[in-house]
Amino acid sequence: MAVLVLADHDGSAVTQPTRSAVAAASKLGDVTVLVLGPRAAADSAAKVAGVARVLHTEDALYTNGLAEPLAALLVSMAPEYSHLLAPASAAGKNVMPRVAALLDVQVISDIAGVVDADTFVRPIYAGNALATVKSADPKKVITVRAASFDPAAAEGGSAAVEAAPKGEDPGLSSFLGAEIAKSERPELTAAKVVVSGGRAMGSAENFHIIESVADKLGAAVGASRAAVDAGYAPNDHQVGQTGKIVAPDLYIAVGISGAIQHLAGMKDSKVIVAINKDEEAPIFSVADYGLVGDLFKVMPEFEAELAKK
Amino acid sequence: MKLLVPVKRVVDYNVKVRVKADHTGVETANVKMSMNPFDEIAVEEAVRLKEKGAATEIIAVSAGPTACQEQIRTALAMGADRGILIEHDGILEPLAVAKLLKAVIAKESPDLVILGKQAIDDDMNATGQMLAALLGWPQGTYASKVEPADGGIKVTREVDGGLERLQLKLPAIVTTDLRLNEPRYASLPNIMKARKKPIETLKPADLGVDVSPRLTVLKVEEPPKRQAGKKVGSVQELVEKLRNEAKVI
Repeated sequence: MAVLVLADHDGSAVTQPTRSAVAAASKLGDVTVLVLGPRAAADSAAKVAGVARVLHTEDALYTNGLAEPLAALLVSMAPEYSHLLAPASAAGKNVMPRVAALLDVQVISDIAGVVDADTFVRPIYAGNALATVKSADPKKVITVRAASFDPAAAEGGSAAVEAAPKGEDPGLSSFLGAEIAKSERPELTAAKVVVSGGRAMGSAENFHIIESVADKLGAAVGASRAAVDAGYAPNDHQVGQTGKIVAPDLYIAVGISGAIQHLAGMKDSKVIVAINKDEEAPIFSVADYGLVGDLFKVMPEFEAELAKK
Repeated sequence: MKLLVPVKRVVDYNVKVRVKADHTGVETANVKMSMNPFDEIAVEEAVRLKEKGAATEIIAVSAGPTACQEQIRTALAMGADRGILIEHDGILEPLAVAKLLKAVIAKESPDLVILGKQAIDDDMNATGQMLAALLGWPQGTYASKVEPADGGIKVTREVDGGLERLQLKLPAIVTTDLRLNEPRYASLPNIMKARKKPIETLKPADLGVDVSPRLTVLKVEEPPKRQAGKKVGSVQELVEKLRNEAKVI
């Protein structure tokens, strides 16, 4: 039976976490991707390797991702699919449990592995344990932890783009507005390199030290929960159990002690660098390379050394 | 406005959990238990709405073993008016909890239900959305601001890349994110007062809800451990290693 993936997109292309969800879905059946938004995003989904079909609508009802009409649409489409998946993004985590409840099934959140059509691996207790769970429900509704699945290639597919069905508007909520930070830097969950700052940064102004090193490396900027709580960095930069889960090729933790909460969000990175003046900091126990030193001295040196080539 | 706040009893967030030797779960015997931190934020928000005069009554509800009374008492000490315990030993998945809450809501008719966005034990991030679905109510998840407005509520949400604002009709579901507020510590006089506040006890069967789990846990394992690497002596050495050994820059 076919498998449906709800896509996230940036207006012109589906996101890398969406392609990770496609990779997970490919293990379960023929993949149909649902794209709500501009045609260009649907066309990008059609090119993703392993996608058999794309369903697309530009209906304004879905422009702002309101959970109520979106869940109603997914439920109306559900009979054709054995599994409904979405990346475990803010949007996916918002809507998929609603879909599951309407179908009277238990959502399976944030899967990190597919064992078979009914059985999945998912982190619990902030990633301190991995549970393998088998679902008895007739249909599975799933969100996918992007960091755990290599994304399907952006090119190589040639799926047909068809019209998505029309859905109803329950009229329960309305969109008032948004403040989405515009950034030249790569998106945190898709970046190959992430540079994160912790409480030791001392102020929001000092975060420019992180930013300028990040720009040298073409990296995304992250932050620990402590830094976010202290107001040094915006919440959407937060890496950890309560923020984003990342697994870049290189993760540089600057002035971050390494609370379990933070480790849960980055310990699957390929190479971890820790820069901290406390040599006992727990972050060193997971770091491939540790440098003990004052970040305010080390980071400018680091930036200068990167510039040397 | 009448408010209902579900609270979950979980392993305290400061406890380093251990996977049981037989891989059936994590060790919860003789471990400190607390109210789920996101639920504390939910209770705090409800109490602030009441203090502002926007709410008249706050009901704290917990589903689980008898010991969940402790978490209800904590909510009462923070400022909730009364409690409801839905007593059940054994696993309660978000779908089952949402069904139990729906049944309680049918009796209590609250205007707004505020839940934590996620419990720090199963990390499902689901009960609020599932409850909203079963009731056919709007949902404002991951809230960083909640304001009564225009006969409904305005919710500012934490989303990828920033914030968004929604207007919800009442009754509605809100789930809390970290920055919504900083929960208060209950004062001793309020802890004493909370002991006299009523807690009603119900069973799932009283509410006509089948709470059988849909997921079977086949095994629980420790994640692969990362080996600590080496300390480097200088920035030059670090950059050299990243370029030539790890080959990541």
